[in-house]
Amino acid sequence: MKKLWFFSLLLSCITCVNIFAADGLKVGDIASDFSLKNVDGSMISLKDYSSSKGIILIFTCNHCPFSKAYEDRIIQINSMYAEKGFPVIAINPNDEISVPEDSYDNMKIRAKEKGFVFPYIHDATQQIAKTYGATRTPHVYLLKNNSGVFSIAYIGAIDDNHSDAENVKEKYLANAIESLMQNKSANPDFTKAIGCSIKWKK
Amino acid sequence: MLYKVHYTLLLPLFAWIFIQSAPNINAQNQGRVVSFSEIDSLLHNSHDTLYVINFWATWCKPCVEELPLFEEINEIYAHQPVKVLLISLDFIQDKEKVLLPFIKKKNILSEIVLLKAENPNEWIDKVDSEWSGALPATLLINNQKKIRKFFEKQFKHEELQDIITQLLKSEL
Repeated sequence: MKKLWFFSLLLSCITCVNIFAADGLKVGDIASDFSLKNVDGSMISLKDYSSSKGIILIFTCNHCPFSKAYEDRIIQINSMYAEKGFPVIAINPNDEISVPEDSYDNMKIRAKEKGFVFPYIHDATQQIAKTYGATRTPHVYLLKNNSGVFSIAYIGAIDDNHSDAENVKEKYLANAIESLMQNKSANPDFTKAIGCSIKWKK
Repeated sequence: MLYKVHYTLLLPLFAWIFIQSAPNINAQNQGRVVSFSEIDSLLHNSHDTLYVINFWATWCKPCVEELPLFEEINEIYAHQPVKVLLISLDFIQDKEKVLLPFIKKKNILSEIVLLKAENPNEWIDKVDSEWSGALPATLLINNQKKIRKFFEKQFKHEELQDIITQLLKSEL
């Protein structure tokens, strides 16, 4: 009987580990929709993009030097791919109490300073970052529109060189978008990058 | 009795090997730029030392908050084979104007290297496959004792110390 009890405990442990491992969305999963406030006050949802081929959803923020290093590249990617059916949505998941620079008001200022022509939305409850499994900024989720249902096509880095845009060798995100435009899967469909940890609410 | 004599004679030799195998701690070397291959060879060396390797950056708030915990480790385990290495992921171009003044101001005694972090996608998994790339991250490793613990988080209070004490106990 004791043995049985031990095994059931072991089994429940394995299950709970699996639940943790399954945290967040993976490539191929359906992208969860949301309704989050943009810097212009409007609400943004995936369903607003039903005529797009895809969406470049980028978890980013104001304060993180890695995010700052990528701001111009994000603007450039949007100007290259929005008209080809892949617009950018930037989303800030940071807790504004931990990082006041990432408050909604400061997002409005930053978006204006940098002249963002794409939405910069506020994940105030951090629920979307948690659902997607975002851990750092910047953290990219490339979504593909399959007749109105968005699925995850690529997760990871924008490219392989955060500090020097001139010396980028692998444009992971751009390559993934190009693959989707040719009806191919992204390869690689998952990459990693160094970034600032998302500042979770305490 | 004979064996005892022999061991005593060998002690200076062991001490010498240990000193030779431990990486140089030299204030002038603080913040020296390294490539990942140097870190990789450290991750695969067979010294009987518990390496406490922390990935951080001066601009990373939680990293800076937990730095004193790593500095304490040097004092607490001064007479044990524990070695702290702080791997900075500051921008290379910020070494002179940001990193070195920071090290001086905070009077950091742990060894600090600045990682030339080209293509992190190639090496993040070599540190640990569980690492998403977010900072701070810490790896505790002693290959000889087959110890490898990875944490993608900020340590609180005595948490790091407790983990190290546990690991050193389990070695015995």
